[in-house]
Amino acid sequence: MTQNSLGDSAVQMAVHAQNNGVAANATQTQPLWLLAEITYRCPLHCAFCYNPTDYDKHTHNELNTEQWIQVLRDARKLGAIQLGISGGEPLLRDDIEEIVIEAKRLGYYSNLITSGVGLTEKRIQAFKDGGLDHIQLSMHDITEEINNFITNTKTFELKKKVAAMIKNHGYPMVLNVVIHRYNIGHMKEILEMAEALGADYIELANTQYYGWSLVNRNQLMPLKEQIDEAERITNEFRQKVGNKMKIFFVVPDYFNNRPKKCMNGWGEVFMIVTANGDVLPCHSARVLPNMVFPNVRDSGLEYSWKDSPAFNKYRGDSWMKGPCVTCPEKANDLAGCRCQAFLLTGDAESADPVCSLSPNHHLIEKAIEDSKNPVLASQPIIFRTDKNSKKYASGESTERIEAFHALP
Amino acid sequence: MENKIQHSDVYAIAHHHRFQWEEAQQSYVILFPEGMVKLHGGAGEVIKRLDAKATVADVVADLKATFPDAEGIEADIIGMFELAFEKGWIRKV
Repeated sequence: MTQNSLGDSAVQMAVHAQNNGVAANATQTQPLWLLAEITYRCPLHCAFCYNPTDYDKHTHNELNTEQWIQVLRDARKLGAIQLGISGGEPLLRDDIEEIVIEAKRLGYYSNLITSGVGLTEKRIQAFKDGGLDHIQLSMHDITEEINNFITNTKTFELKKKVAAMIKNHGYPMVLNVVIHRYNIGHMKEILEMAEALGADYIELANTQYYGWSLVNRNQLMPLKEQIDEAERITNEFRQKVGNKMKIFFVVPDYFNNRPKKCMNGWGEVFMIVTANGDVLPCHSARVLPNMVFPNVRDSGLEYSWKDSPAFNKYRGDSWMKGPCVTCPEKANDLAGCRCQAFLLTGDAESADPVCSLSPNHHLIEKAIEDSKNPVLASQPIIFRTDKNSKKYASGESTERIEAFHALP
Repeated sequence: MENKIQHSDVYAIAHHHRFQWEEAQQSYVILFPEGMVKLHGGAGEVIKRLDAKATVADVVADLKATFPDAEGIEADIIGMFELAFEKGWIRKV
């Protein structure tokens, strides 16, 4: 047996988490990855947030600590191993400490996904003692100006302090930087900042257009040339730092000819439980029409994962239609993202329009053109605020969402 | 070559990585920030023996003793060390 053949056979499966779109080859359906979107409340107001624009509806009926602990136990029985505690800003809840302890007891590899706002010495010590495995910190730019602009908050100095705190407590430094028009020109400096902070991992997540980022698409989308340049700089940097720092560059699907295999397949490896207890196969699934997602208040996770009509609806490829159903590449991407297909075309079963073979691909080409239109691009950003969310949720505002087939 | 595995080398699981048996998967896994790998049995048996004390030679000897019927496993074991080191799952002590 050669080394290579051992290498192939040594690993049954490798799964990497990325915001949307995942490279992996899962061979079975167990919810290996549980994402607990524990609250939609957030002190930041990021223009690119993928949370639903009507999140305000779900900020008054959050699951309590006992319900979250039950979620952790039930998901673990189904095979969940990786736990992401996310939001909103999870640190706005005061029970993260208890959740972390239970996660450790159950054998999860747990990750707190945070802006850093609300992280204190006392809390990070409690997380360390409780067995939290790592903290993923969002960073926005090397400049105070862009950080504060895109998050609509003054958080630049705080983030630097939090990064030091994470390192001092012996945690790996895991950074997530969402890439958009305002910071894509600083790729080299962002990577240098990550290196200076001692980053072990950095995810350069090119904005994908869901939630608030879809509303702000014309304001956020960079040019193709900028993305190519950013990728070139990233590859060059990767050569330089070698194994010391793992760099994930999440390719933006709008500029690809083929769609991403969204969530590594619907109901394949990811399960999300939202602040109010909805159980979803992906972050944005609630935009889809005629779907009833199970809620942990009404039914167990085993039912949700294995038997609920919602989780079974887009498993496999039997639901597909043309051009996907006869496409020789359908197994590579499973026709892309159902949410993107519905939001942009009004048909959830159609090919993801980012695919150049989609009859609706012109919608993506138009979006790219629109983002270059100075009149459209100069419209102000609509920030993720409770006030703006209330306006969308109540129907008071339809600003910049008329073209979409659901509230982003 | 820098990555060449020597019989006298001692390895341990890499910092910030966790190796554990998963009952639901019936397999060993390595968990780390942003990812995980699920290992086939033989690969898991190698990683399981890395305790920051045993040398590569110790691991080979122990596996040969545990699986006397497996022929020519040494090359596979060394191959697993090489793969795991290259992927950053294990560190040299």
